[in-house]
Amino acid sequence: MDTIIKAIVFLPLIGFLIAGLGGNTIGAKASEYVTSGFLVIACALSWLVFFQVALGEEELIKVPVLHWIQSGSFDVEWAFRVDTLTAVMFVVVNTVSMLVHIYSIGYMHHDPHRPRFFAYLSLFTFAMLMLITADNLLQLFFGWEGVGLASYLLIGFWYKKASANAAAMKAFIVNRVGDFGFLLGIAAVFVLFGSINFETIFATAATYLPAEGTADAAAPIITLFGMPLDKADALTGACLLLFMGAMGKSAQFLLHTWLPDAMEGPTPVSALIHAATMVTAGVFLVARMSPLYELSPDALTVVTIVGAITAFFAATVGLVQNDIKRVIAYSTCSQLGYMFVALGIGAYGAAIFHLFTHAFFKALLFLGAGSVIHAVDGEQDMRYMGGLRTHIPVTFWMMTIGTLALTGVGIPGTMIGFAGFFSKDAIIESAFASHSAVSNFAFILLVVAALFTSFYSWRLAFMTFFGRPRASSDVMHHVHESPAVMLVPLYILAVGAIFSGFIAVEYFYGHHYEEFWQGAIFTGVENKLIEEFHHVPLWVKWSPFVAMALGLFTAWYMYIRRPDLPKYLAEQHRGLYQFLLNKWYFDELYDFLFVRPALWLGRLFWKGGDGAVIDRLGPNGLAARVLDVTDRVVRLQTGYLYHYAFAMLLGIAALVTWMMLGSSI
Amino acid sequence: MTDWPILSAVTFLPLVGVALLLLTREDSPYGRRNILNVSLLTTVFTFILSLFIWAGFDYSNPGFQMQERHDWLGTGISYHLGVDGISMLFVILTTFLMPFCILASWTSVEKRLKEYMIAFLILEVFMVGVFVSLDIVLFYVFFEAGLIPMFIIIGVWGGRDRVYAAYKFFLYTLLGSLLMLLAIMAMYWQAGTTSIPELLAYSFPAQMQTWLWLAFFASFAVKMPMWPVHTWLPDAHVQAPTAGSVILAGILLKLGGYGFIRFSLPMFPLASDFFAPFVFTLSVVAIIYTSLVALVQEDIKKLIAYSSVAHMGYVTMGIFAANAQGVQGALFQMLSHGIVSGALFLCVGVVYDRLHTRDIAAYGGLVSNMPKYAVAFMIFTMANVGLPGTSGFVGEVLTVLGVFRVNTWVALFAATGVILSAAYALWLYRRVIFGPLEKEKLKALLDLSGREKAILYPLIAATIFFGVYPMPVFEVTSASVDALLNNYTAALEAAQSIALSAN
Repeated sequence: MDTIIKAIVFLPLIGFLIAGLGGNTIGAKASEYVTSGFLVIACALSWLVFFQVALGEEELIKVPVLHWIQSGSFDVEWAFRVDTLTAVMFVVVNTVSMLVHIYSIGYMHHDPHRPRFFAYLSLFTFAMLMLITADNLLQLFFGWEGVGLASYLLIGFWYKKASANAAAMKAFIVNRVGDFGFLLGIAAVFVLFGSINFETIFATAATYLPAEGTADAAAPIITLFGMPLDKADALTGACLLLFMGAMGKSAQFLLHTWLPDAMEGPTPVSALIHAATMVTAGVFLVARMSPLYELSPDALTVVTIVGAITAFFAATVGLVQNDIKRVIAYSTCSQLGYMFVALGIGAYGAAIFHLFTHAFFKALLFLGAGSVIHAVDGEQDMRYMGGLRTHIPVTFWMMTIGTLALTGVGIPGTMIGFAGFFSKDAIIESAFASHSAVSNFAFILLVVAALFTSFYSWRLAFMTFFGRPRASSDVMHHVHESPAVMLVPLYILAVGAIFSGFIAVEYFYGHHYEEFWQGAIFTGVENKLIEEFHHVPLWVKWSPFVAMALGLFTAWYMYIRRPDLPKYLAEQHRGLYQFLLNKWYFDELYDFLFVRPALWLGRLFWKGGDGAVIDRLGPNGLAARVLDVTDRVVRLQTGYLYHYAFAMLLGIAALVTWMMLGSSI
Repeated sequence: MTDWPILSAVTFLPLVGVALLLLTREDSPYGRRNILNVSLLTTVFTFILSLFIWAGFDYSNPGFQMQERHDWLGTGISYHLGVDGISMLFVILTTFLMPFCILASWTSVEKRLKEYMIAFLILEVFMVGVFVSLDIVLFYVFFEAGLIPMFIIIGVWGGRDRVYAAYKFFLYTLLGSLLMLLAIMAMYWQAGTTSIPELLAYSFPAQMQTWLWLAFFASFAVKMPMWPVHTWLPDAHVQAPTAGSVILAGILLKLGGYGFIRFSLPMFPLASDFFAPFVFTLSVVAIIYTSLVALVQEDIKKLIAYSSVAHMGYVTMGIFAANAQGVQGALFQMLSHGIVSGALFLCVGVVYDRLHTRDIAAYGGLVSNMPKYAVAFMIFTMANVGLPGTSGFVGEVLTVLGVFRVNTWVALFAATGVILSAAYALWLYRRVIFGPLEKEKLKALLDLSGREKAILYPLIAATIFFGVYPMPVFEVTSASVDALLNNYTAALEAAQSIALSAN
């Protein structure tokens, strides 16, 4: 088993090295086959591990690899920790990554830099695997930053485009804002628990909080940013700092601005990194640290609020976007909000379940969108699409399946439905049932977001595939269905989008919950949400369905029945429309609040601080005085050097003389 | 092994090269070739010889090893050498970087090559000498003397404003040096010895510690450099030839940090504890202030120079956190920065040699015709940003961790460097490497030559190796650092109990 796990993680790394270092030597074709081949093996092995660990007997496997850092009591190793949570992520990451590798063989067919592209994809996969197999927070951080690097490289893959470069930088820097919190969170965990290894943290966490009323309970144990905190509050502080990292990586409200711009990268990248895997790392982090979060209701409340706002906010922006990829990007952002709500109310299983199903249907939607873009010659603006249904029927049907899954089509109260139906409804119902202080707030926002989701998803489908063709006749003439190498991955993902919910629901968040997770995610004794959410009132169960139906109907009415209506509405509500179209003006706000002041301060410190103050009062001022003197006394060319040597020699001589005298006295 | 004076051999071996160089003539057709070969061979041999120090090093011994001691002038001052876990790796770093400096100067130095190489070899003697000295006067001699060849290198082979740059350095350094010299005299007066091991064991009165600490601080803070006495560094870097910048960033900047760990912390523990908040403040200001300044630079070298100041902020912060993570992190950060910033300056040298400008705006789109260069530059940029898996990360995370244990505010502000460093480093990379290749002058540039590969590839290997497996460094440093910190806390506790009993 140890070897298998090592193989899963290191095969993509080897693929990266081969394609990255030798790509030009072995050629593009070989690079494609090597990297994709390794991923096929890694994927097969991942399923094997999944069956062994999640469904089989194995509980927790630990594979030590190498000693990493030891300094005082701070001791971390490179090691793989595989439990059910990791096994689930193994399957998600490697399946989607393998399909994206294969899909890219077709999609990137004309690109001259294919070896580099496939090397980056494999590098990303490796970093992601390091993240999910991490045995301690620091290794998790390694994977965390590694996927950030790969994302940066892939967004900026077409390095000649200024917009791609800007988006790549933005992604890296905004993520770093989150990492700033993450790093401090790691430090806080180390101070509180004396270790950052999961095993130690989790073992200590169980008995960490002193019983209420004891003397220990109120005793401050750390002063965090000026606030003396007792154990419970310190834990909340650490959890919130870690959550900041999660917000950055998972593009949550306030740190979301990079994700839509990341669509500058090639579409397979968007499917792999910015939909299925990397952006869910934040969800993984919180689920992994559930033994800590579960002890801190305050931190969980914050997670819920941020998740709910993100779900709602991103959905509103998605309503009016015209770029096909951006619509799906905002949809991703919104769905990640759902996952965080699930985490925040304590339904960790539901969060990972939604992560699992979402990976299939969102990757399907992105790759389908890629197939559309491929068909219409790289056009991404839906205003120049339309009527493609008859031209690319396979893509159309695949996208439709993805849309059905995303909007959560299914019959409440039964086991009939697409993947999203199971996972999303579970989250919405749990939000209602939970005892969280903000459960109603979350429930309402999620239902509204479900309505919006349905609207923008069907709007996308209608604008792209229905109505009159709006592309130029030249483009329409060339419209063609994608080759099999691109369609087969779509078929596989479609199967997942249809059945993954139905098959997995009982394991992830149902009757087999305990046997399946085997403690990989921690739920407190009082947390009975998994039982309670079944007993919500009937109207709650039907609310997401009604929202979905309403969204579908509105979209149909506005884009099929009355295609003139959207334009009319946009003109009627100009302010609101612009507000949504410009993404609530976050980019402009951040530019004004952070970017400009930083540059302004930089210039001020440089010219003002270093130049006008320090240099003028310091060396230049002194130099001027010294020059005045030396000019009068004697002209020494480059006198500074001799001055210096001379002064030093004098000093030494004085010292030695003085010591000789001193010792003789 | 022990009776063979290996430290003296490593220190003075470059003088053999100097002697050989003095015998060669530069004007003959083979002269240039000979000078280069002699210099390169000398530095490579010195490096190989220095590896024997590491091989013979006893990890479990926290004290000084391989000591050599001869009386000198009969005054109590002695020629006393030795290394411990703190200094040993700096010796290796110095000898490791020298061959790259020689290689980097292979074609770029056109006039007075012989003198140039002699200056570098002498510089190596002094630099190694600083780290192996166990007598404070000897230390001072090496410490100050090393600046002379550096001045000559900047002053003779430097850029347009070299005189101004060197002058600035001179003014800053002179003041600090004189104060340190006074402090050394005072220490001798008080303790009656100039031997560093004996001084380490001596405990100075609390009042005196304050003044001595300040005097040493004046000197080390300039070398470091700490804000606000950092302004000499960008100018010196910009004017220095590539190899000069490498030594400046790689080794000279480490003298300050080494001094803090060798002298300030163990000899003046009470003062160090007292002044720690002051150092924290300056460190944090340095990190934020110089990162912001780096963001708006238009000159590649200046940008990297400012980023060096920010990185040194982590070092000072870590040292005065005075716990295992802080001090070891600071040591590691210095070693890593020696490699990474040296490599970044070498990267600048690669394009400077081709285009003779450091203006960022003159570049753009180099990835198209210099892909290998782009990869190398990317790796060092990421190391500079502190990406995990590169050596830059290890030091950064440990120092932040160390200081977090002492003061969370400091850690909070220091961690903003994580964001700012990404901003300035990626912004630089984007402007130089990415984008369309449109400028006519750039289109003819060739990718890395064999010599340049020989310079950059080993540094890439070192950067990644020490990022993934930094344990060899920690194995060397841990015993000495632990001993240092034990003495430090013991001294603080002793002072505290005295204060208590006095009440």
